[in-house]
Amino acid sequence: MRRLLNTAEVLTTFNPEQPWTLSSKVALRDESFGALAYHYGNRRLVFLKSRDLVDLVRDLEHHDKAADAIVATVGPERFDTYVRALDALVESEVICER
Amino acid sequence: MKLTDRFKSGLGAPICLTWELTYACNLACVHCLSSSGVRDPRELTTQEAMALIDEMAAMQIFYVNIGGGEPMIRSDFFDLVDHCVAKGVGVKFSTNGTRLTFEKAQRLAASPMVDVQISLDGADAATNDAVRGEGSYAASIAAMDNLMAAGFGEFKISVVMTRHNIPQIGELYALAQHYGAQLRLTRFRPSGRGADSWEALHPTQAQQRELYAWLLEHPMVLTGDSFFHLSALGNPLEGLNLCGAGRVVCLIDPIGDVYACPFVIHDDFLAGNVREEGGFGSIWRDSALFTELREPTSAGACASCGSYDACQGGCMAAKFFTGLPLDGPDPECVFGHGEAQLASQAVSIRPAARSDHSKRSPLTISS
Repeated sequence: MRRLLNTAEVLTTFNPEQPWTLSSKVALRDESFGALAYHYGNRRLVFLKSRDLVDLVRDLEHHDKAADAIVATVGPERFDTYVRALDALVESEVICER
Repeated sequence: MKLTDRFKSGLGAPICLTWELTYACNLACVHCLSSSGVRDPRELTTQEAMALIDEMAAMQIFYVNIGGGEPMIRSDFFDLVDHCVAKGVGVKFSTNGTRLTFEKAQRLAASPMVDVQISLDGADAATNDAVRGEGSYAASIAAMDNLMAAGFGEFKISVVMTRHNIPQIGELYALAQHYGAQLRLTRFRPSGRGADSWEALHPTQAQQRELYAWLLEHPMVLTGDSFFHLSALGNPLEGLNLCGAGRVVCLIDPIGDVYACPFVIHDDFLAGNVREEGGFGSIWRDSALFTELREPTSAGACASCGSYDACQGGCMAAKFFTGLPLDGPDPECVFGHGEAQLASQAVSIRPAARSDHSKRSPLTISS
C-alpha cells in the first residue's frame, strides 16, 4: 500500500510486558537466512537474520506478553538480545501492539 | 556471512521483479531499454498473465514492477492489476501517462496496493521531448495533474539521468514536491535503443560527481539502486550496492521470456520462458543462468583497484552493451578505467539484440 499524504505514523517503543503481533500489513517470506518482511504501508523491506527471530515473531500473537514468547521461543539466556531485535522491528513497523 | 553475500547465493523469490506487459508503445523514446514500439503477437494472453500472477502470489512475491512498452495500452491492464491486488501482490507500474485520464487516476487511487511511476526525462518540454517525443512532456504533466486531482497521494516521478537533465535536478525535485510526489532518478543504460543514444546522452564524469554529491544530500530520493558504480567516489549510496541480476532482480518480458535483469534483453541473459514446464518458479530457482550469476564473481581487471568493494565493478548491462568484458570496469567507471579500456580496444563489438520491437519510423503521440 502506498503511503498516503498527511498520515503521520505514530511510533511506539517495544515493551515486553505488552501483547504484540506481526502487523497485518506485513508479509513474511521464509529465506535461507531467516525471512524477508515487506510492509505494504511504508514499503520497507526488512531482513530477519535468524530463524529463531522469525519463529519468535510468528509466536508473539500466542502470548499475553512478549516476554513470555521470548522465553518460550529462544530461552531466558538470550532475552536482552531478542528484546533489542524486537525493538528494531517495532521501529520498522513489522510488529505492533495488539 | 554478510547479508549481501546471502543475496548473491539467491533468494526464494526475487525482491525486484519487473514484468513488461507489452512491447506496444505509443511513444518512441530514444533510450527505450526494451526497444518497444509494436506489440509482439506472442505476448502472454490474459489467461496466461492471470496464471503468472497466481504463481507470483504462491511464491510470495511482495510486489511486481509492471512496465512495457506502455502497459496501459493492454486492454486487460486493469483486470491484471486488480488480480494482483486480489492475490496480495503489490503493483508498482511505470507509464508514460498518455492514457492516464482523470477517471483512470480515480480508479488507481481507490487501490492502496497500487503505486504509479510517471516517466519524465526533463524539467521542461524541450529537454524531455527531445528524448521522449513531441507532446510527451505535456502528457506526463497532465497525468500528474490527474493523479493529484484524484487524490492518489504520493506517486513517483521517474527520471532517467542524461547529460541534458542532470543540470535540472533541482527543478525536477521541486516539481516532485509540487505534486507531493517522490522523485526517482535512475541510470541511463546503453540497452535497447539506449545503445544508439548512449554516446550522446550519458552523463559526463563531472556530472556523475555532481549527481553523486546530490544523491548523498538527498537520501530520500529513490534510485532503484542503479548508481552503485558511483559509490567508488567515497561513502556508499543508499541501497544494496551490488548487481542484483538473477540474485534479487529479474525481468519477465511480454512474451514470457525471463531475463536476468530489465536492462539485458539479449539471448546471453535469457534464462527461460514462463510457458515452459515448471513455470517462472523453476527458472528463478534452478535455471543454469541464474545459478551461474549467483556464483561469486571475479574482480577481473578491477582486482587491482582499491574501490572494487565499493562499486563491485559496476553494471553488467552497461559493460555488455558497450562491448566491455563483464569482469572489467564499468564504461562509466568514476576513475575513467572503462573509458580507457574502450579507447584501448582496437575493435569494440557491441552485441546486437535479437529482440527489437521498434516502429519503422518514430510516431508522435496519439492516444
